Amino acid sequence: MALKDYPVDECLLQGNASCPGCPATIGLRLVLKALGKKTIMVIPACCTAVIESLYPHTSFDIPVMNIAFEAAAAGASGVEAALRQQGRTDITVAAWAGDGGTYDIGIQALSGALERRTNFIYICYNNQIYSNTGIQRSGATPYAAWTTTTVSGKNEFRKEMGEIILAHHIPYAAQTCISYPEDVISKITKAKNIQGPKYIEILAPCPPGWRFSMDKTVEMGRLAVDSGAWSLWECENDVMTFNGKSKLILEKKIQRKPVEEWIKYQGRFSHLFRPQRDEVRLKAIEDYTDNLWERYRKCYTTK
Amino acid sequence: MKKFAVETSLSYPKKGAMGKTGSWRVFKPILDKKKCVKCLRCWIFCPEGSIHREKDDSVSIDYDFCKGCGICANECNVKAIIMEREEVKKK
Repeated sequence: MALKDYPVDECLLQGNASCPGCPATIGLRLVLKALGKKTIMVIPACCTAVIESLYPHTSFDIPVMNIAFEAAAAGASGVEAALRQQGRTDITVAAWAGDGGTYDIGIQALSGALERRTNFIYICYNNQIYSNTGIQRSGATPYAAWTTTTVSGKNEFRKEMGEIILAHHIPYAAQTCISYPEDVISKITKAKNIQGPKYIEILAPCPPGWRFSMDKTVEMGRLAVDSGAWSLWECENDVMTFNGKSKLILEKKIQRKPVEEWIKYQGRFSHLFRPQRDEVRLKAIEDYTDNLWERYRKCYTTK
Repeated sequence: MKKFAVETSLSYPKKGAMGKTGSWRVFKPILDKKKCVKCLRCWIFCPEGSIHREKDDSVSIDYDFCKGCGICANECNVKAIIMEREEVKKK
């Protein structure tokens, strides 16, 4: 499907409370274009709870349930059970949570819902920090990144949530990025038409949190994929496929760009370049990414 | 609009729930319709949905709600959108 075929209707209304250049609203617009109006969204505490704007108004033109931070997947399970009791099968239930509510706080509810085979889509928009509460470190924050709680740079590498999800052997799991609208919409549409639990993670480069200029949001996402710091893949019934540039990197058809190309535009990594280059940590980042892709090749290359 | 009688706090959808967010803008996108090739990249990437798409796929910018982030100008392949500093309004 080309850009011209996407619906014109907007389910996220203008004049909401998001920051200028917000990746979450780009993601929400794409997701709601794919899911359509017959969707119930469950949203825990995250930036999107702010984007909904102030009571008694909301910027969402679909039913939304707000719920506690750790309970996005549990709330969605409840909504799905209620719909099943009423015999409504035409409504999609989607949970939309940030990386804090998925990687750290919401992981047990998510794991439980996946294990119970709840028929819903869990969408995580990953901006690699707790940006709503003021840029704290999360499990998704990459190595050496500045946050307000890791002032000289994070000491640990981020965890691979996608592979934790794959261990549940659900019918559909995917990883994508807001910079590739065709990829996002095709994956969401595919997930909508599959029965059972679905998990989709969307990389969302956050201008205030990553400290870059707000007009570069989409470019940052593209550079993350080009440099191999983020990968696009989907896994349908335990068959793993990489998409787009990530497929070419996996098959060694193109060389990935150095991760430095991606991090040099971000103020959260500026302590690696000023006052002098921190060669040790820059090398650690490149080595980690090389090892990551080697492992991907070993695990997921089909013969 | 249909109102629901439930015993919990409910918010109802409204365009411009935070007021006219166009007042946040420092730089203003200016579209040159002669250069536009109707690729719709600005429309799909606008975080605010402030770029309106007409039936013939031409686009126009809604300055009431555009927050002036500049993603449209950055993503335009033919440089049909440029960012200009907003004029200071005299009281």
